[in-house]
Amino acid sequence: MTATVPATAALALGDDALVLSHRLGEWAGHAPVLEEEVALANIVLDLLGQARVLLSLAGDEDELAYLREERAFRNLQLVEQPNGDFAHTIARQLYFSTYQQLLYAELASGDGPFAPLAAKAVKEVAYHRDHAEQWTLRLGDGTGTSHERMQHACDALWRFTGEMFQPVEGLDADRAALETRWLESVGDVLGRATLTLPEGPRTGAWSAGAGRQGLHTEPFGRMLAEMQHLHRSHPGASW
Amino acid sequence: MATAAAQRTAGSEADGAPDPVDTTAYQHAFDAAVAADERIEPRDWMPDAYRATLVRQIAQHAHSEIIGMQPEANWITRAPSLRRKAILMAKVQDEAGHGLYLYSAAETLGTGRDELLDKLHSGRQKYSSIFNYPTLTWADVGAIGWLVDGAAITNQVPLCRCSYGPYARAMVRICKEESFHQRQGYELLLALSKGTPEQHAMAQDAVNRWWWPSLMMFGPPDDESQHSAQSMTWKIKRHSNDELRQRFVDICVPQAESLGLTLPDPELRWNEERGHHDFGPIDWTEFWEVLKGNGPCNEQRINQRRRAHDEGAWVREAAAAYAAKHTGSAGGTGHETGATRA
Amino acid sequence: MSTTDWPLWEVFVRSRRGLSHTHAGSLHAPDAELALRNARDLYTRRGEGVSIWVVPATAITASSPDEKDPFFEPAADKPYRHPTFYEIPEGVKHL
Repeated sequence: MTATVPATAALALGDDALVLSHRLGEWAGHAPVLEEEVALANIVLDLLGQARVLLSLAGDEDELAYLREERAFRNLQLVEQPNGDFAHTIARQLYFSTYQQLLYAELASGDGPFAPLAAKAVKEVAYHRDHAEQWTLRLGDGTGTSHERMQHACDALWRFTGEMFQPVEGLDADRAALETRWLESVGDVLGRATLTLPEGPRTGAWSAGAGRQGLHTEPFGRMLAEMQHLHRSHPGASW
Repeated sequence: MATAAAQRTAGSEADGAPDPVDTTAYQHAFDAAVAADERIEPRDWMPDAYRATLVRQIAQHAHSEIIGMQPEANWITRAPSLRRKAILMAKVQDEAGHGLYLYSAAETLGTGRDELLDKLHSGRQKYSSIFNYPTLTWADVGAIGWLVDGAAITNQVPLCRCSYGPYARAMVRICKEESFHQRQGYELLLALSKGTPEQHAMAQDAVNRWWWPSLMMFGPPDDESQHSAQSMTWKIKRHSNDELRQRFVDICVPQAESLGLTLPDPELRWNEERGHHDFGPIDWTEFWEVLKGNGPCNEQRINQRRRAHDEGAWVREAAAAYAAKHTGSAGGTGHETGATRA
Repeated sequence: MSTTDWPLWEVFVRSRRGLSHTHAGSLHAPDAELALRNARDLYTRRGEGVSIWVVPATAITASSPDEKDPFFEPAADKPYRHPTFYEIPEGVKHL
């Protein structure tokens, strides 16, 4: 770890990218249309690339990915949520990539330790957000079924969104402004998709999200068990 | 330019059956073009049987790419390092892409992708039997890259010169992109072979299981191959099954030695006289059984494909409904500006 | 077209500045926006392009095979359109 890069922040951002790329990777061979197999895989590869850079700033990428216990992961609970149907995956993408784009744009414009990474990543993330927006519009304003599924997905994941704006040690960002712009942006997309901005707690006692403190949801343990099993079965082996 | 669109208009012309005299003239022009190694393009007249053979072959090839995603995708979530995970994801993505290139080529012959997928899902069209074998360990990912992709490349390189233009062009693109697939598999196996004893054993076990099925990928022996002769005349195919199989064996033997792994065939040895390796008999009963649907994973593979398709129906419907509501956005102008972002 | 069948689009890619768009292949998409994005993901994932056109396959009008001769043969017997038609004495430059 270099002195200039705050490890906590690198882990938080790196784990977000790592865990979400893993979840999206689970779609391989299951996407609703072949063109979407290719599109989702592009996002997986972008996120995995970001994760590798970020984790390497904090230590050895494979040790961090494969040998940490669940409680040591610092990702948002949002990104570890199971894929659900395509609507859930898209809602998760919309919420997260909007946040990531705003955050990385701010980091890229500064001169902090994450500026070089953010400058590259923000272009990738802009495409992820666009992809999520396009699908939110189509599912929200498509058929009755798709509208219902998309609204349900947006509602179900809403309680995980407040966590994105909690302070992270070593990450300089104007959180209040970030949150305002996030709400504007997501609200605008949902509005055009004929969807209702969900109500309910995003912060406070009934919101969800303590991933940054190492508290995760039940599905995450299973995800890690699958991800880490082979690596851990052969201690010290190289691949 | 050979677009799938071009075929659409041509299809309606083909329906108004030309008189017999014209057909003879067309047949003559077609034969001459094939003999002169020219490419046949979508709007050219072609014999019905040539068209049907191509649709069958390209569709089977496309289906193989799509079904072929499954055995490898089985290991994406368990890849033992982030580097390997990225490589595997990129490879599985390529397979989806290659499936799409091939469906695109098949569509130039007037058969839509939905029809082809329907035939796959209902078992009326086949995919390569190799994908009906399971990937039991991580080493299988390497064995697939080295042996299965190796066999596929041996098969595919001559297809880049296939007489049908769109298929040949798709194959050029696919072969170019696939060049990394085989190498990553070889590198993966090499790391295992030189790794711990457990890793080495894992690699050897995978090669033992994938070797014979890979040899079967070239299809039945020449004297039992029902489509071969005609396909050779049409220059859809350039080499016989046995010829390509022999080429593959000759390539693999020294590669296995460099890997420090053995090939599971006691009869495998260099034949000075022939200038080739002799190898043991292939169990064609197994081949025909797997082809008939009795392989270890036939049902699993096709079920997953059907499920993905069925469960995605509401998504595809939603997008079509959205497009219908916002017709102004379909086929509009000024796309170049938008496209420059890509 | 059933409700789930997306129409076919032809994809043209400009591989780099200074070159024209060339036909890369086709794909299915419900509308132009997604067609463009699918094309970007499918045909330029190795950095093969700087610009993409997508055209509804049905919007393409093609010459028919029957017209092959009248369409293209007249152009084949006008060699004076090609620079190699003209003999220039050796040593003459910038022509």
